Amino acid sequence: MELLIKNGFVYDPINGVNGEKMDIATRDGKIVENVNESKALKIDASGMMVMPGGVDIHCHIAGSEVNTGRLLRPEDHFRDFERKTPKTRSGVGYSVPSTFTTGYRYARMGYTTIMNPSMPPLEAKHTHEELNDTPMLDKATYPLLGDWWFVLEYLKDGKIEECARYVAWMMTTTKGYAIKIVNPGGLEAWGSGRNVSSIDDQVPYFGTTSREIIRGLCKVNKLLNLPHTIHVHTNNLGKPGNYLTALDTMKCVEDLASGDKPAIHITHCQFCAFKGSDWRTIKSGAEEIAKYVNNHSHVTLDTGQVIFTDTTTMTADGPFQYGLHELSGNKWVNHDVETETSSGIVPFRYRRKSYVHAIQWSTGLELALLVRDPWKIFMTTDHPNGGPFIYYPRIIAWFMSRKARETTLKKINPRAESRSLLPSTDRELSFYEIAIMTRAGQANALGLKDKGHLGTGADADIAVYNINPETTDPSKKYRTVRRAFENAAYTIKGGKIVAKNGEILRHVKGATMWLDVQVSEPIKITEEMKRRFREYWTVEYENYPVTENYLEVSHPTTIKADV
Amino acid sequence: MGYVKRKMTIVKAVTCPVCGSLCDDIELTIENGRIVKVKNGCAMCESKFLSHNSEHRVLKPLIRKNGKLVEVSLEEAVKRAAEILAEANYPILYGWSSTSCEATRVGLELAEEVGGVIDNTAVVCHGPSILSIQDIGISSCTLGQIRHRADLVVYWGSNPWSAHPRHIERYTAFSEGRFQRSAWKGYLTKIKASIAKKKIESALRRVFFRRKPSVPPQPRMELPPAMFKEGRKLIVIDVRKTKSAEIADYFMQVEPNKDYELLQAFRALIRDQEIDVDEVAGVPVGYLEEVADLMIRCGFGILFFGVGLTMSKGKLRNIDAALSLVRDLNMRTKFVIMPMRGHFNVAGANTVFTWQTGYPYAVDFSLGYPRYNPGETSVTDVLLRGESEASLIVASDPVANFPRKAAEHLVKNPLIVIDPHMSVTAQMADVVIPSAFVGIEASGTAYRMDHVPLPLKKVVDPPKGVLPDEEILRRILSEVRKLKRKMLVEAA
Repeated sequence: MELLIKNGFVYDPINGVNGEKMDIATRDGKIVENVNESKALKIDASGMMVMPGGVDIHCHIAGSEVNTGRLLRPEDHFRDFERKTPKTRSGVGYSVPSTFTTGYRYARMGYTTIMNPSMPPLEAKHTHEELNDTPMLDKATYPLLGDWWFVLEYLKDGKIEECARYVAWMMTTTKGYAIKIVNPGGLEAWGSGRNVSSIDDQVPYFGTTSREIIRGLCKVNKLLNLPHTIHVHTNNLGKPGNYLTALDTMKCVEDLASGDKPAIHITHCQFCAFKGSDWRTIKSGAEEIAKYVNNHSHVTLDTGQVIFTDTTTMTADGPFQYGLHELSGNKWVNHDVETETSSGIVPFRYRRKSYVHAIQWSTGLELALLVRDPWKIFMTTDHPNGGPFIYYPRIIAWFMSRKARETTLKKINPRAESRSLLPSTDRELSFYEIAIMTRAGQANALGLKDKGHLGTGADADIAVYNINPETTDPSKKYRTVRRAFENAAYTIKGGKIVAKNGEILRHVKGATMWLDVQVSEPIKITEEMKRRFREYWTVEYENYPVTENYLEVSHPTTIKADV
Repeated sequence: MGYVKRKMTIVKAVTCPVCGSLCDDIELTIENGRIVKVKNGCAMCESKFLSHNSEHRVLKPLIRKNGKLVEVSLEEAVKRAAEILAEANYPILYGWSSTSCEATRVGLELAEEVGGVIDNTAVVCHGPSILSIQDIGISSCTLGQIRHRADLVVYWGSNPWSAHPRHIERYTAFSEGRFQRSAWKGYLTKIKASIAKKKIESALRRVFFRRKPSVPPQPRMELPPAMFKEGRKLIVIDVRKTKSAEIADYFMQVEPNKDYELLQAFRALIRDQEIDVDEVAGVPVGYLEEVADLMIRCGFGILFFGVGLTMSKGKLRNIDAALSLVRDLNMRTKFVIMPMRGHFNVAGANTVFTWQTGYPYAVDFSLGYPRYNPGETSVTDVLLRGESEASLIVASDPVANFPRKAAEHLVKNPLIVIDPHMSVTAQMADVVIPSAFVGIEASGTAYRMDHVPLPLKKVVDPPKGVLPDEEILRRILSEVRKLKRKMLVEAA
């Protein structure tokens, strides 16, 4: 099947294409040089923007915590639902949409690839079952490894290579894509109701520290040649003054970076960029973080932007979620997973008039604007923690228009407004920079070779937005920009038009990408190993792995490790 | 007769498809396509694996013709089932807790297609727990966490020794964890002592032939010494002294239907409030204070609750109180709570329902999108109001355990049953389609009570011509779609 997108303004930052008028051709799900014009299906994109399909580096859309979030919040679904059509399945939406609705809503915005960032390995099958039911998107998921007993034990003994072998085994066993670290050490401590409060605190019973975990796994990541860096949710998340912890975390792997290659990704950075000593004196620490990131090349960030709305917070950071419950008094779910991790869920409403929430909103935007290089910072809301992903177009408008920011600034808490750095920033991002922060940069950081660009051989995942960059000034017409990004004129997945002007034309299954990490000496599954397994977990070794039949469309990438 | 070579294989790490504990260390010996030996399993597990091919099995599809069930081909049965579902305006699809998640996925698609109400057995079991979780939230964990860390285990309104026989041994008091030792030996001594005591008593009764049974001894005013020992403690709170209560360090007998009062009393006590009465729910306040103190002092506590709490007076309000108690305890220490789910995959049914529709049970598709309002959209209530027009029952026996009025309405209308057994419901059905036992004759996935997914294995072949639930449902779905298209064309 052939497709030709004609006369669009193409934004393809990976290949350096900045708004040039050109045609994009696809054949059999891949982008090609040219196609037979008389045979191909043609899309007239004149006066429109053509970008690679959107890539989301961090959004909680599947797995046990997401699903418990769905269960916890019927009130969240009642007001937002989607009917069954002859082409699509029904579902419910808002902050934690059901699986089908998640797929459709991303597709409407021109997104085609998403990363589900927290998967407890023991419950990996659940995550993959849900990903199978999330249509329209290619997806991958990161296993939570920062508090896994095996990791803690090997790192304590300094056995990096042994640790790497087990991480490789785990990546392949759970069909994961990157090493996710959440509040390293803190989650294990939370198993007994405790936490750690700096990167140098001892993890109870394990005699190791957060610093050793981050550094150890960073080395492991390098030994295994994984395409993405370690993906870190810092200690002390959501606490005033935590920007120092974030800086410590970035600094602690400074010497491990090789060349200009990033060594660490700090996720939803807004939540760990708080300055001040308590909630009354909280301020934005974006300036300090941006300064560090601007001067170092080993860090990438995503924003974790806050949206003023009602949402459901969910992270693997159990102690943080408990703190949020104590703070808000809202209902609270906790779910600790043996030997591996914890998690928590608390519904939350971000209010414009709340000083803290308004500071958070401002901090997210400050980060995006103060970090000069868009290849280092990506747009996310840490869906649904900062707000549902459907608000991405609103964030794009804030990024692109000073006026849009001022309109919101006027409505927020006055004290927060007076402390915000936003009025002092004139920077307005271009469409090219938006294309980097919403797809090219993210694909680049993830090491997704076939995504995030429109060069020959790339996957034919394309978004066409009905906006003319020559005649539209995004700074003034930010509402037009927002509307255009809300419903892509065309979303093309694997060379097929799947959505058009907000209507889903086709229900397609996306692939699940995972890493088949090959080490020279894979760990042996001996009787001894099985016994250890039985001691650590309450399931048998044989029933632990996610076998390939759990992936409806399996897309493995073979990685050759240095160990 | 010639010599028949016996073929024997051993399959390890089989997941047991009986209760919510989902033990996955079962070892089966299979000889000539039959299971002949079960290792590691409890009595329920053994009996399911060994006798699944009993005489109660349905082997051929049946359709009711002139008031009698007669054998038909599978195609005919599937067609008839599809007709019933496609023609009904408001069908119900019920069961799901004893089949695989894969089958439930297809079931949801079918329910959406026919615009019916789909519900699982949680509605008559832990439905109130779910409603309470939606109000309060829940502090929980996986079972291994309890094995490694819990030093206080409380079972409330649940009798694991009989209903989840390996629960205590695998996951709680008798299991050996990283930070907690098994309390097995102490209990062994205790059980021996209790058996000896009973023997002596009965011997004495025989000697003093006419002696009347003595009045039960008055409850002692202090807690048993076992409560003050080091290490793991097990408390059972129930209305009667169950088998689990006998092995517990402390058994607290609550008056029937007074659980709510007791829970609220505990909540007051752990907030250091004084209680101005002598006893609550039949338990002296002095005892309550001691136990509350124990809850606060423990390092990691767990409260398991069963249907004794969800289905006695107060229902979801009991669970509200229990969840709040545990939430409050987290201000003082680490405490978690978990419902003791009954069917092996009721947690899985809730899980699949939730990811596809946003709601865990009682989902109504009649308006083309998922709606949830237990009390209105729950199957029992739909039946009691007499609104449904047809039903599909998968792996469940509602006629045997629904309220009588609901069952009456169920059998009045066309009824399709997919089940391996000739259950009471199947006997009343209009279409019966035999299915393979998932976990024995068909593979799939099930979720343990703590939401850990485990694979179910196919270890033997199903009887000839018998398909798994998933496949049967797929066939019905495709037949329904054909019929609907035809209806559309005719209408046009």
